[in-house]
Formats: sequence, structure tokens, C-alpha cells
Amino acid sequence: MKHGRLRFLFGALVPALVLHVVFVLSPYAQAFYLSLTDWTGVAGEAHFVGAGNYARLGGDSLFLDAVRNNAVMLVVVPLATIGLGLFLASMLHLGGRDGRRGIAGSRVYQIVYFFPQLLSLVVIAVLWQFIYNPNTGLLNGVLRGVGLSSLARSWLAEPSLALPAVMAVLVWSSVGFYMVLFSAAIDSIPKELFEAALLDGASGWATFRRVTLPLVRDTVQVAFVYLGIAALDGFAVVQVMTVGPGGPDGATEVIGLSLYRNAFTFGKFGYASAMGVALFFATLTLAVLALRAGRKERVELA
Amino acid sequence: MKRALPHVAMLCWGAVTALPLLWAVLSSFKTDQQILNDPWSVPTTPHFENWSRAWNQADIGRYFLNSLIVVGGALLLTMLLGSLVAYALARYEFRGNRLVYYTFVAAMFFPVFLALVPLFFVVQQLGLLGTYQGLILVYAAYAVPFTVFFLHSFFRTLPAEVAEAAFMDGCSHAGVFFRVMLPMARPGLVAVGIFNFLGLWNQYLLPLVLNPDPDRYVLAQGLASLSVSQGYRSDWSGLFAGLTIAMLPVLIAYVAFQRHIRAGMTAGAVK
Repeated sequence: MKHGRLRFLFGALVPALVLHVVFVLSPYAQAFYLSLTDWTGVAGEAHFVGAGNYARLGGDSLFLDAVRNNAVMLVVVPLATIGLGLFLASMLHLGGRDGRRGIAGSRVYQIVYFFPQLLSLVVIAVLWQFIYNPNTGLLNGVLRGVGLSSLARSWLAEPSLALPAVMAVLVWSSVGFYMVLFSAAIDSIPKELFEAALLDGASGWATFRRVTLPLVRDTVQVAFVYLGIAALDGFAVVQVMTVGPGGPDGATEVIGLSLYRNAFTFGKFGYASAMGVALFFATLTLAVLALRAGRKERVELA
Repeated sequence: MKRALPHVAMLCWGAVTALPLLWAVLSSFKTDQQILNDPWSVPTTPHFENWSRAWNQADIGRYFLNSLIVVGGALLLTMLLGSLVAYALARYEFRGNRLVYYTFVAAMFFPVFLALVPLFFVVQQLGLLGTYQGLILVYAAYAVPFTVFFLHSFFRTLPAEVAEAAFMDGCSHAGVFFRVMLPMARPGLVAVGIFNFLGLWNQYLLPLVLNPDPDRYVLAQGLASLSVSQGYRSDWSGLFAGLTIAMLPVLIAYVAFQRHIRAGMTAGAVK
């Protein structure tokens, strides 16, 4: 029995561990080392340059554009998505007769709202490339249809509109998922709390602020981390949808795109790895900050 | 008035979500002329030839098959390895148990971009660049950590008595796992399996870097390259058909199994 136990554990763990070490752990470890070299892909030709790559990042205007764009996305995308998601989730509940059971047709809404979450970001990016098309796109078509043709634009070609257009796609693709998530969190709030608020004559807004929001706080916090990580990425949508990609004139450049281009177009593997390390520390900081902020005051349900 | 607001709000976002998708499906049945001149109209006669053109000439059919092979293989491997590791760590006490667990779980907090450059050379040196096997192994390697994390807590909640009884009856360790514990863990396996399937099916960054051979392109890759390649720039209807072919199977499967899928995906986020 003892022998069989050891053999089973060995067989269960070793194949996965080998796969993990070869394809996940070793690349992550190598990336930190490569970021300190000037490697261009020729075996044995990596020279140690210390912090040289990191110093060059500070003078790379396209990379700085990318950092700025990712920073804007990091603020706007989570706020807009969570705001809309929370709003829709409470509408879903408010519309029901007793404030809890849910609006008529809520099952259909939950199905439809979830659609974009199931699609690959590439499919979404190709779709929105069509929608933003200045001549034949859906967006300008709608605007012209309702007599607002003066608002029709070439959305992805104007530097001031391209980044908002990208962010709109990211928000569009994730609102439904977070609506469903928040809706489940609201479902788990004891019904009595809403009844008490109703009896006290609290308005819809007061109920939302004093009852709903404090009790879905943990879920909102998780949503912030996930959306923040997605906002630090943005690669697939930008690479497929925007002109250049990353254009016009760096207006939609993101860190992932800079990394990809430097590595696989220019062959600057050391320099690209330095970007990866920078992205790693940004992700880490975000996660730590978000989890710290949530620890302050937690409402306990008796 | 107050009663109406929730309904109006829900309908508005419903339209914002559904209209673009509906528009793409409708456009896939039109001619290029209709798309260019009249983006709004409903097609008078459905042009199914767009679909066959996309499937055959634009190679969407081949990309679809490639995706099926790679994702199917990777999903099987991920579920097998992930459940074995999760079970062994959750149910057996041994030195280094925690270390192995955190080795897997820590990987979830690293951005894939960080690994991208060295990963490319690892796969190249193993001679796996642009092969099904290479993609399957890498896909599985990056899907196993979350699978372990999810199933680990799941196996812990399962009662110990059934396994003990099976041991008494002379069942081997592997036998207990495959014949007793795995069937009991079915709800968890379904949830994480759905989560993994969608994640792998929609993967883009890894194949973009590791799968440079156009004959082996997966669906997302093929669609992206079609949308930028000059030759198909003018074939709007074909591209819309390709887009719809990529979109519909997932959406139809979702409507059929929507409860399970929503539960699986939201569980993935809360965990």
C-alpha cells in the first residue's frame, strides 16, 4: 500500500510539474535575466548590459505613449465597466415587483448580456472594425439614420478618438459579465435588509448606497483587479482593430504591442523582456493595492 | 415613470449588445454591393455562397478544424493533469505539498507577456514551433495552474468515507481517483472544463507567437489575418461570413447550456 501510494503521487505530480517547469516557470525566470542583456536571438551572443534596457525605456517615446495609454485604460475601463454593470444589476432587481425577484424577462437579459464574454477578443475586434468603418459601419449608419450625421467620424483614424474607441470596445465586451456577477452578489443579500429599507422609506438611491453597495464590495474589488489586469493588456483588440497597429501616431499603442513588435519584428529580445518585467511589476502593484484597499472596512453579515 | 426606468435601461443595453452581433449575421447574407450601399437593409435573398466562400476559399474551415484539434487536445491534457495534481495535493499529506501547490498557483499572477520571448525560444529549441503538439503542450501548461487552484478546493470538500471504503475493498490509489473521486467531482470538472474551453478557444497571443505556419492557424489567428490581408479587403461579405462562422457555434452552445456556462465562468472570477 505504501509503495502504491508513492507511485501514484509520483505519476500524478511529475508530468504536470515537468510541463510547468519547462513551459511556464523557466520562461518567467529567463525573462528577468534576458531583460538585463542585449540579446538579439543569436545563441551565445547575449551581453550583460545591466539596467541599460530599463534606462532606454525611459527615452522610448512610443513606449511612453504605451504606458500613458495603458494608464488611461486602467482608470477608465474598470470604472466605466463596474459603474455600468452595477447600474444594470440593480435595475435588474429594482424592476421586479418586490425589488428582489428580478425584472420581467430577466432571464433573456442575462443570456443576451453575456454574449460578448463568450467571443474571442479577435472576433470582437474584427466586428468593431466594421462597426467603426467611416463609410459602411454600423455606428455612423445609426448616427446618420437618426439625423445626427454631423457626429459621424472616422473613429479609428482620428488621434483623439482612437483610444476612446478602443476603450469602448473593452467596456462593451465585459459589462455583461460583470452585470451577471454583481447580480449574483445582490441575490445573496438577505431579503430582510431590502424590506427594512423599504419600510424606512428609503429611496432607491439610498437603498443602493447604504445596503447594496457595502454588501457587494468584495465582488466589486475582485472585479477591479480582473478589469485592471485586462486594461494593462488590450493587445488583441489594439493589434487587430487599430491602424498601424497602435496608431494613429501611437494614440492606441499599448505595452503588450510594443513588446511584441520589439521582440518579433525587430528581434530586440533583451529590450522586449525589459518591457515584460515592467508590465509584471505594474500588474503586481495593481493587485497589491487593490487587495489592500479592500481590507479597510468590511461589513459582516450577522 | 419610476417603474419604466429599469425596463428602459435594460432594453437599451440589450440593444447595444445584440445589434452589432445581429448586424454581422445579417451582413453575412448580403452581397458586397448591399453592404456598401445599404448597411442597414435586411437581405432580400440570403446569399449562402458567402459562407461557402469563407469556409473553402478563405480557409475558415481549415482554421476551424485546427482550433478543434488544438483545443480538444489541450483541454483533455489540462483536465487530466490538473485534476490529478489537485487531487494529489488536496488528499495526500507529504513533505513539499504546500510548495508544489504555490509553485502552480503563483503562476496565475504573472502576465503571459513576461514569458513570451523565452517561451518562443523554448518551443523553438524543442522543435515544436508551428506544430499541433507544441500548441497543445503550451496551452495545457498555461491552463493547468487555474485548474489546480479551482479543483484543489473542490476535492477538499468531498467526503472522505467513500474513498476509505474503496481502499478497504482493495481499490488501488489510481483506481480510487479514476473510479470514485473523479465521478464525484463532476460538477467542478464541468465548471472548470467550460471555463478552460472558452479560454483556450479564444486564445490569440500564444498561437500568434508560437504558430507561424498559415496552414496550422487557429480560428482567431486566421480571422485576424484575413481582416488585415489585402486580398480580402474587398470581400466584405466573405469576411462577415467568416466572422459569423467563428461566432455562432459558441453562442448556440451557450444558449443550450447557458446555466452551466454562466455558473462556470462566474465561479472562475469569484474564486
